Amino acid sequence: MKGPSYGMVLDTRTCVGCSACVIACKTENDVPDGVTRNWIFTEVSGTYPDLSMSIRSERCNHCENAPCVAVCPTGASYYGAGGTVKVDADKCTGCKACIAACPYGARFVDPRTDTVDKCTFCLHRLENGTPTTACQEICPTQSIYFGDLNDPESDVSRLLASRASYTLLPDAGTRPKHFFLR
Amino acid sequence: MNEITSTRSNPFVDPSVHVWHAEVPIYLFLGGLVAGLMVLAGLWRLRAPRESSRALTLLPWMVPVLLTVGMLFLWLDLENRWNAYRFYLTMQPTSPMSWGSWILLAVYPVSVFVAWVSMPEATRTAIVERAPLGGALLSRLETWALARERTLAWMSIVLGAALGVYTGVLLGTMAARPLWNSAILGPLFLASGLSSAAAFLLLHRITDAERTTIGRLDMGLILVEGLLLALWLVALRSGGASSRAAAGLLLGGPFTAAFWTLVVVMGLATPVLAEWIEARHGLRPGRVPAVLVLLGGFALRWIVVYAGQESAILAQTALR
Repeated sequence: MKGPSYGMVLDTRTCVGCSACVIACKTENDVPDGVTRNWIFTEVSGTYPDLSMSIRSERCNHCENAPCVAVCPTGASYYGAGGTVKVDADKCTGCKACIAACPYGARFVDPRTDTVDKCTFCLHRLENGTPTTACQEICPTQSIYFGDLNDPESDVSRLLASRASYTLLPDAGTRPKHFFLR
Repeated sequence: MNEITSTRSNPFVDPSVHVWHAEVPIYLFLGGLVAGLMVLAGLWRLRAPRESSRALTLLPWMVPVLLTVGMLFLWLDLENRWNAYRFYLTMQPTSPMSWGSWILLAVYPVSVFVAWVSMPEATRTAIVERAPLGGALLSRLETWALARERTLAWMSIVLGAALGVYTGVLLGTMAARPLWNSAILGPLFLASGLSSAAAFLLLHRITDAERTTIGRLDMGLILVEGLLLALWLVALRSGGASSRAAAGLLLGGPFTAAFWTLVVVMGLATPVLAEWIEARHGLRPGRVPAVLVLLGGFALRWIVVYAGQESAILAQTALR
């Protein structure tokens, strides 16, 4: 039997871009001023008056084929529990190769430690028995879902089976585990 | 219309990636120069000339010296500098930077031994005799190195080539930066490093015969570098949308003037033309073309590092 493969699904039809997820993440993970682990991305397309808008709450995609892990010279970036992409700050030299290698701009240097940091899918909460991420829990429109992509009964698997979805920059070949419902 | 708004404004990634600054192109240039010097020093030892200029016998010492300066810049680029020892607690096979760290470590002893055996015998003897401490050890090391001179020369060539290629591969493996994501960058940086090394030798007081040989060699290396540079641009220009946009940075975009003026005209075309005229008229290769080659080699690293960070994989709008 396959082990868990943690992923996230965001419903772009219900996300209103309120940034509550950004604030919740900052509070939960003690993210310092000036940097952020997640952000709101708004895209408007078309020609007036035929315009359409998509709002996405974005973060690290926890790619299955993560270029940040491949380029890391010290093993500080690695695959953790459930295939999540993690950073071991003790091993990080701050060479920034992972930041250059990430096509999603998901990483930053923590100004307090001078080491690289990013979204962890709140794995510390899962380890403590809370099966939700901070951004998911705060979301007022319940647009964020987190769970095991290998479990067909999980919310994320059901949503992906029933709704059309996409990942960011699929041509990059990174196989992201953050999905967006159309 | 496709209008994008993002609330993210993280340092190093917004509005475009800018993680590496002056330290990295300086290191890449010095690394390439050192790589070229190692290859040329190895080839020179293999040829085992009976007589060499004093400058040429001492120049291999520039390898560990310039490498130390380069590594100092590399270290300065790190955000968490006191964790630099972590490079040497592991070997990450998919990381060019990890390979590079170990190559750099291997370069030191080999370059020191090659530099030692390259010195005139009288100089070596004088140093061993005057060494206040460890003269006997130095003498034993010398005997060991002299018995393995050809092996050390080959190691110098192989490690030099590996170092030169690595400086390009370091950038070339980054699929997220289309300008860098090319296998040609490794050989291009090696050719540029070899040409820079030849130019560096021409700056010193060497014999006319050595000057002519190195001048001819440099001319050939500049032509190879020009060919690789053209192939790199052709590959980018004939690639997908992201590659074409990356090529546009040098072909009509913000780095165009600097690239064509400093790299192509100043660093390649002018010195190769000058060296060709010198060769055609039997003139002694001068120092001005050599200086231009070195400046061009530095400009190439500078522009590739900065322009590459501006390049990105283009996103298709999610709304189509």
